[in-house]
Amino acid sequence: MPAGTLYRGREGMWSWVAHRVTGVLIFFFLFVHVLDTSLVRVSPEAYDKVVATYKNPVVNLMEYGLVAAILFHALNGLRVIAVDFWSKGPKYQRQMLWAVVGIWVVLMAGAFYPVLQHTLRELFGS
Amino acid sequence: MSAETTTPASDSVTGYDVDHPAPVIEPPRARTRKTPRSTRTNFEMYGWLFMRLSGVLLVVLVLGHLLIQLVLDGGVTKIGFAFVAGRWASPFWQTWDLIMLWLATLHGANGLRTIINDYAERDNTRLWLKALLYTAAGFTIVLGTLVIFTFDPNIR
Ligand code: HEM
Ligand code: HEM
Repeated sequence: MPAGTLYRGREGMWSWVAHRVTGVLIFFFLFVHVLDTSLVRVSPEAYDKVVATYKNPVVNLMEYGLVAAILFHALNGLRVIAVDFWSKGPKYQRQMLWAVVGIWVVLMAGAFYPVLQHTLRELFGS
Repeated sequence: MSAETTTPASDSVTGYDVDHPAPVIEPPRARTRKTPRSTRTNFEMYGWLFMRLSGVLLVVLVLGHLLIQLVLDGGVTKIGFAFVAGRWASPFWQTWDLIMLWLATLHGANGLRTIINDYAERDNTRLWLKALLYTAAGFTIVLGTLVIFTFDPNIR
């Protein structure tokens, strides 16, 4: 096994895997996102054309997925920081993971309509 | 840092129990007799600290950005050249985007550097993957910064 990838299993390992995968995903998105935003320097038409893809129903759904990835990475990142800096962090790391999952579910439910409203309106009328 | 030697943790622990549910793994960077007296710099420690400090700031910057772009005021529908022109008319949002650009790129690039170090075992593979990573990150920061500073609402 490559060095540095050994881990002790259980929830802690899966939260680490998920943190890694979401981190990479967000970085790749950021790269593309700065490229598409740079079209404001080309012309308003070029920019509006690329933004139109963001309003496509399939892409809109991917945006919901991006929100899911960022919310998990952000909440779990705060948990990692708490484990490192809070004296009781390591003791409560598992409870904090379930708190992360709980808050994530609530925020994702709350984000469903706002993020997908463009698609919902398009598909089912206003 | 002192050059004292540490005995492997596995000597002191035998068997498993509730507090030790898995085999004890020796700390990979335990100091042994072979460890050089001093490592050159504390780069990795500052990198570790930077991930945590930038992480806290990014919670506000990125989640705030997503709230504005995807949730408030009709979600993604409102976005277009006119919307961006309105936002970048304000130095506050220009600064917000600039800090977010730099922190997210550096945080993400440093995270990817760790991942490359973990999985790419051949020296040459690591070298080339990192060269690619630093090129991409540098390009992102330069392009993004230029776009914010040279934005022209009356381009046409
Ligand atoms: C799908 C979700 C997103 C949408 C619709 C979106 C939309 C936008 C828009 C319209 C701008 C133009 C400036 C402004 O209005 O502030 C912008 C800029 C920017 N966004 Fe996003 N954004 C999204 C996600 C993200 C994420 C997840 C990040 C960070 C990882 C991010 C980082 C940035 C940065 C750094 C800029 C400045 C770009 C530059 O300097 O050229 N955005 N975004
Ligand atoms: C939203 C707020 C964020 C927080 C609180 C956060 C927190 C963290 C923390 C604490 C780490 C270190 C994990 C460790 O040492 O085990 C980390 C790693 C990482 N982050 Fe973030 N982060 C955030 C946003 C981002 C963004 C926007 C990106 C991409 C541009 C990103 C990409 C990564 C990557 C690639 C890693 C490396 C993962 C690994 O080594 O397994 N993060 N994050």
